[in-house]
Amino acid sequence: MPHPNTGSSRPVAPGPAADEGLARRLKALACTAPLHDLDARKANLAGEYSTYAMAEVALAAIDLVTLTMDFDTGADHDQIVARLQPRVAAQAPGRPAEEHERVARWVLENLINVGSVDRGFRAVYGTFGADGAYVRRDYDFKLIEEVPGPGGTVYLRTTDEAVNVLVGALDTDVTSAQIAAEVKLEVLISRGRLADAQLAAEQARYRTVQYAETLRRALEATRRDVRAVDWLRAVPDMINEALDHVADRYRHENAILTNIRKARDEATEPEHKRRAAELVDIVKDCIRRHTQLQSRLLEAGPLFRAEQDRQAFATPVARAGLDLYGQLLAPLLPLPVERASRVTDAFFAHGTGLRTPPAVRVGDLIETLLTPPLEREHLGAEMPEPDLVATPEDSRFSEAQLEAALELLDLPHDAPRRLSGLLAEARRRDPELPYLVALLAVHAASPPVGTAYRQGEQRLLFAVDDGAELDDPEFGGADLIVGAALLDAAGMALDRTVENTAGKDEGHRE
Amino acid sequence: MDDGENLAPAPEPEAVRPAAVTPADAADAARLVAFGLQPKLLPARDAEYAELIRRHREDPAFARLADAVAAGLGLVVLEVSPRAGMAVAAGEDSVFAVRMGDYSRRAASDSSDRFLHGLAHLAVAALAFPRPADLADDGYIGRITVNGVDAFVRQACRRLEERAEEQGENSDPASDAPGLEAAWRVYARRSATGATKDARRLAGSTTGIVGKAVAFLVDSGFLQRTGDESGGTYRTTARYQLQVRDLAGSAAMAELLDLGVVPVGDGTASLLPPGEGDEFELVAEAGLPFHGS
Repeated sequence: MPHPNTGSSRPVAPGPAADEGLARRLKALACTAPLHDLDARKANLAGEYSTYAMAEVALAAIDLVTLTMDFDTGADHDQIVARLQPRVAAQAPGRPAEEHERVARWVLENLINVGSVDRGFRAVYGTFGADGAYVRRDYDFKLIEEVPGPGGTVYLRTTDEAVNVLVGALDTDVTSAQIAAEVKLEVLISRGRLADAQLAAEQARYRTVQYAETLRRALEATRRDVRAVDWLRAVPDMINEALDHVADRYRHENAILTNIRKARDEATEPEHKRRAAELVDIVKDCIRRHTQLQSRLLEAGPLFRAEQDRQAFATPVARAGLDLYGQLLAPLLPLPVERASRVTDAFFAHGTGLRTPPAVRVGDLIETLLTPPLEREHLGAEMPEPDLVATPEDSRFSEAQLEAALELLDLPHDAPRRLSGLLAEARRRDPELPYLVALLAVHAASPPVGTAYRQGEQRLLFAVDDGAELDDPEFGGADLIVGAALLDAAGMALDRTVENTAGKDEGHRE
Repeated sequence: MDDGENLAPAPEPEAVRPAAVTPADAADAARLVAFGLQPKLLPARDAEYAELIRRHREDPAFARLADAVAAGLGLVVLEVSPRAGMAVAAGEDSVFAVRMGDYSRRAASDSSDRFLHGLAHLAVAALAFPRPADLADDGYIGRITVNGVDAFVRQACRRLEERAEEQGENSDPASDAPGLEAAWRVYARRSATGATKDARRLAGSTTGIVGKAVAFLVDSGFLQRTGDESGGTYRTTARYQLQVRDLAGSAAMAELLDLGVVPVGDGTASLLPPGEGDEFELVAEAGLPFHGS
């Protein structure tokens, strides 16, 4: 495709090599500016925020987003804020949790640069052109960008700039990056560092999927138009390359799988065992994806031949129309925006359709404004009054009995009692009551600690078996010690907020 | 208005002459144009409209009368058919024309916003009719998604960026001449989406701009919404194809030629899949045409 831009591509930019290197470094430097800026601007915030190291929080945020980036979506905004909070809280433990959240949010929003219309940053730097003239240029970049996810949600992703400058140079070459990830994995496993190994395995899978995606694009394009894809050289080469890749990776990952299985079976620490088991699942998924890629590769040839037959014998359309992309959009994009606007304006003026201008008479307007709103009439048929039949009370115990039992079990926290004594007392009040008391006591043998903890209960009924046998005419078993435990409601509430902010990652702090 | 019998080889050539235009005919012709001004209305849905369309096709005198009414209102008649109805488009200075300032207030003052809104409309059309044959084929129905349009333009921008890098060009614009910034760069640096307080699309983001464009085209009777996936999925109507083929495409083309850019096409599709090393970011469920169904 001839491109109008090739005409203007005479060696303008190269200039002195040193100058180019300087520009590159200036750009790299510019990427760090927003982080320094955070620390410089925290003094302007309403409140005493100088204790927080904003650049540190920002780097942590970029790391978090980078690590959470999934294949096709990214990190969730709120989740990143929540995960940042422990670090923010550690910087100023005395401050309220709301302030920590505000700081985390402020940092994240500033990394996105919510205030600007582009949601990005701009730095100005100067270079010498080929003709020796000094030109100031704008360098636009983003650190964290927002991308659309499924269902209209918005996800965060770190940009190449952020990854290259702020996370560390990442090799973007698909194959070599995968090899690197796998070497890392093997080293990590041999050193027994499984937590990091899992991360590396997930990265390896990410690369694998990307590889399959490249192939899928070529195949789908073939389905649309055989001639759009170079089936003489490019695609066969790619298929061979990909088949080699699959064979290689398959061998490699099976070796890893054997290793991790061994690590899983030999691991004594339950946490290691669990991690290793997870890792086995991930590597299995990698292998599954390789197999998938391979079967797709094998389908590629027949698909090409079938599509060639189908498309070659389809009747061609008599007249060829305008190629909107090739003849309009593609030549337009390299133009300076000032000139390109003339074309888009022309398209807009003729391509948007028409609007009938509203014509309002003053008389109509007054009438419209004074008309009371219409009552809705289409509410459907009237609902028949439901005929309710009172169901007979069929509970084993009445409300009054429950109250009596609970009153009996409302023990002071420093004076637990034997179940036999409670049963005897209950029997004196009501012959049915002992059954309810026994039931509640048995329940208390496995007290719902988790629920009480979540609901912030003040006290909790518990029952313990100390081996004494119950001597009762109606019941048998252990003579439980029933007592009430006081719970530290305030402490639990504090714990809960910390845990909530730590997100749903690991339910620690039981 | 003259009858011109030689243009109308009707079965009874002499009978046409006495049938001069009556006020009732003029009212019918104007009524047909009025139907045409309701772009979402289809002849198949309205018996009177269908009858007037039939009369336009069978009665040359009536057809000329209706066309004249349209021309007098500043409208261009693209086609009169049962599938598209009376497809009329607004002439440049017509009261029915849409002006950029009414379309988006920001676009009126900000040149890069103005460009982005125009580009969004062009990109929607380019993706709705990816091959020249699709635009020419009357039976073709294009399907687009908002995220797909955005991803498709972004990919094109990305390729230009890569090419500029390969050639060692410095694509960063000079600070004092923002108008000389390459067009693709304006799009590339605008964010694709953004979180807002009320969970609506960020109006200034590129998906917001594309979303506005498709919503407007729905109101123009050019697109029909078919679903909510990928930021909204839409299919084209016959009117849109006519408008793009007969009016917008050629107008934009004329402007491009005027700028001295002469793109050469041989009638084959130039919308190619990305190259192997092309690692552009996939938008979730973008549903690009080069990704198949």
